[in-house]
Amino acid sequence: MATKLPKVPVVIVGMGWMGGIIAAELAKAGIKTVGLERGKRRKTEDYFMVHDELRYALRYDLMQDLSRESITFRNTSKMTALPMRTHGSFLLGEGVGGSGVHWNGQNYRFLPYDFQIRTKTIERYGAKKIPDGMQLQDWGITYDELEPYFDKYEKMAGISGDKGQNPMVGKRSADFPVGPMKKTPGIKLFEEAAKKLGYHPYMVPSANLADNYTNPDGISRAACQYCGFCERFGCEYGAKSDPVVTVLPVAEKTGNFELRDLSNVMEVLHTGGRATGVRYINTLTGEEFEQPADVVVLTSYALHNVRLLLLSKLGKPYDPSTGTGVIGRNYAYQVNGGGAQAIYEDREFNLFAGAGALGSCIDDFNGDNFDHSNLPFLHGANIRYTQAGFRPIQTNPTPAGTPKWGKEFKKQSLHYYNRILTIGVQGSSLPWRHHYLDLDPTYKDVYGRPLLRITYDFEDQDREMIKFMATKTIAIANEMKATKTQASNTISNYDIVPYQSTHNTGGAVMGTDPGNSATNTHMQMWDAENVFVIGANAFTHNSGYNPTGTLGALAYRAAEGITKYMQQGKGMIG
Amino acid sequence: MPTTPNKDSKPMSRRAFLRNSGLALGGVVLGGAFGTAIWKDREEQPQEAPPGASQTPAASGSYQDALMFFNQEQFRLTEAAVERIYPEDEHGPGAKKLGVAYYIDHQLAGNWGSNTKDYMMGPFSPGEATQGYQGRLTRASMFLIGLNGLKDYSQKTYGKAFPELEEAEQDEVLKAFEKGDKVKLNGTDAPSFFKNLRTFTLEGVYADPMYGGNKDMQGWKMRNYPGNQMSYYDQIEKDGLVKLEPKSLRDHMA
Ligand SMILES: Cc1cc2nc3c(=O)[nH]c(=O)nc-3n(C[C@H](O)[C@H](O)[C@H](O)COP(=O)(O)OP(=O)(O)OC[C@H]3O[C@@H](n4cnc5c(N)ncnc54)[C@H](O)[C@@H]3O)c2cc1C
Ligand code: SF4
Repeated sequence: MATKLPKVPVVIVGMGWMGGIIAAELAKAGIKTVGLERGKRRKTEDYFMVHDELRYALRYDLMQDLSRESITFRNTSKMTALPMRTHGSFLLGEGVGGSGVHWNGQNYRFLPYDFQIRTKTIERYGAKKIPDGMQLQDWGITYDELEPYFDKYEKMAGISGDKGQNPMVGKRSADFPVGPMKKTPGIKLFEEAAKKLGYHPYMVPSANLADNYTNPDGISRAACQYCGFCERFGCEYGAKSDPVVTVLPVAEKTGNFELRDLSNVMEVLHTGGRATGVRYINTLTGEEFEQPADVVVLTSYALHNVRLLLLSKLGKPYDPSTGTGVIGRNYAYQVNGGGAQAIYEDREFNLFAGAGALGSCIDDFNGDNFDHSNLPFLHGANIRYTQAGFRPIQTNPTPAGTPKWGKEFKKQSLHYYNRILTIGVQGSSLPWRHHYLDLDPTYKDVYGRPLLRITYDFEDQDREMIKFMATKTIAIANEMKATKTQASNTISNYDIVPYQSTHNTGGAVMGTDPGNSATNTHMQMWDAENVFVIGANAFTHNSGYNPTGTLGALAYRAAEGITKYMQQGKGMIG
Repeated sequence: MPTTPNKDSKPMSRRAFLRNSGLALGGVVLGGAFGTAIWKDREEQPQEAPPGASQTPAASGSYQDALMFFNQEQFRLTEAAVERIYPEDEHGPGAKKLGVAYYIDHQLAGNWGSNTKDYMMGPFSPGEATQGYQGRLTRASMFLIGLNGLKDYSQKTYGKAFPELEEAEQDEVLKAFEKGDKVKLNGTDAPSFFKNLRTFTLEGVYADPMYGGNKDMQGWKMRNYPGNQMSYYDQIEKDGLVKLEPKSLRDHMA
């Protein structure tokens, strides 16, 4: 039997970036909240021994314990989904701060095109341009409406970037709060090459602080040291913006916020279209609790939010055979591939150094910044050169054709360690009727409840996009004064094994029509107005960017929505 | 405007970092100020690698060079196999001298060997390659089955134990495992074993020496990898390769 706890105004499920932002904003507004996090607490001191590639990058020290819960995956509904037995394609976070602790910090705003993707595509190319089965839909909000929240989030996190307006992206109301990161010789080569080709390179907006910074909440943090242990690691300087060193201390300081770690939420309790609270288990003791609340906020990561909704039987599950229902709809990911390499015999770079969000990029082939009239795909990709720090176990670059082991492998991998610069592609991922999330019929978590099942594959749209991008990356590499260059221009099927990105999107998307969205644009559920589902689950498609900058803006806006809802006590927030 | 933490051109010492980043450390509200304790601790440490850092591995005689998982035969097989993956050459020691077989022994004895953080519930079915490894065996069991396979295959093909074969013959055996068509293993497949063998070897060559391989950081030295440094603030913009004396995590323990 679950112990019933005293009721609280708001319970927040998951203490990553989304949970942290909501907790801070509600606490500042004087609203009492409880935050439940199934992993453990973390602080900067924990990273005393963090420069350990094996422990953090390859033994997944900061990531979800898959022995308790994983996901299952299949490329198509004709296959039997099987469990992801070890971490691969994406690295789910666990513990206070969530994936916000071990992320890179590459911080973008989605393009104005993204938010009105359906309308703008039809406007420019006609409705026939959208292929059968592609469920392109507007987000229900415009870039301009979201701009003030981008600004708010970026000031909180101290996003570091170039001054001035970049012509390829949405209009900014203010400069980045911190100037750009330092430029490495590789970054300069990329920039010069891109400029020579007439493109518009800019420094990747970075959540690794380029300078010491005090944010509007009064949080002061030190500058990034380019330590080279960033993605998959926690920052020992607090220089990487993460929830633990930014929003959570602000929430805790108000006295309005209580964080309970080791608390795994099992379901949202509800009756008659209203949530009454959540049920959770203490992962150490196995004790069960019921936490009643006026409002339930799910911030447990896109995939986990969707699973919690399905397990709780909240909202109508998506049915791919009819295209109806909303929970599980429009799952999308990120399409990477088509990268090019510039190989140097005459010089070496200090590639062991770097930071997660250190790099330069172009958006000339992202979104609808280029004409798709004669192209067999929609949207595009951010093309970038980044220097995140090459650690030696995982980074053994060799020219194409080199054996994978033995004398020649050793020789070449030692020789080329600091001699290869890679131009990467971060491609958009558009939604299809047959890409979706549901509950697996066979595989269970440690409590005997179904795992989430992902049905997803790359499509011709993606293969064509990558083929196109490869012509651009190799052109840039060819201008980078290298001895030789090489590129790959194909991707086959989505494979759960190699790491690609932790950018899982969709599954409970936002919008204006309850027929094709689970929530309104405050991420408030149509089917249960006191439930807010906040995360990349809200994206109707994924752009050619990392998601968190856009998520941050949406979270600040949702926090306003929740506050309003608390004041008015009922109804959908307009 | 806050100042940048370090504008000196010389490599930044921990003390300099402390001084220059005073803003974050000087009693400001919250956030990054949590880190203060770390910086204090680190201030007292030696700057240089400890004496003996460049000695040969045999001479350094670490207490970790003992077995917690393999028997002697398994150990020798592993040593011989990893040396072919990453052989000694004019650049420096191979996997054997770097202690990689000890590294693997220690890993298989622990959590990674018994897949404690992996999803290990059934039912088990092979699936497609895009769905990843779906075997029911732990890494430790799989490795032992693979070693047995190496032993049997070498006996059958060359009439000798794997460690006694010529290098070229050893390479042929490993190639057969990598490819898999001529080798049958009980409960797993040869390419999966080979993949683990290769991955474990690279880990043992390049992981922090505290794990038992990468003896005296010689894996790192061969490729000018500086290991665990506090900061590259002063090197990040530099042209040309900057050579730094490598540091290991032990350098953090005052
Ligand atoms: C290696 C890596 C690199 C990345 N790099 C970038 C980047 O450069 N740029 C970018 O924009 N994005 C990046 N990301 C993505 C970014 O980390 C996520 O977009 C962001 O963290 C999402 O925030 P969230 O709050 O939705 O989820 P999370 O930060 O994952 O937080 C969710 C939290 O909820 C908890 N939780 C889950 N289920 C339950 C439950 N049932 N009960 C209680 N608690 C629960 C989890 O333990 C977790 O702590 C990266 C991610 C990874 C893993
Ligand atoms: S690279 Fe910078 S932000 Fe990233 S962990 Fe190192 S010091 Fe922190």
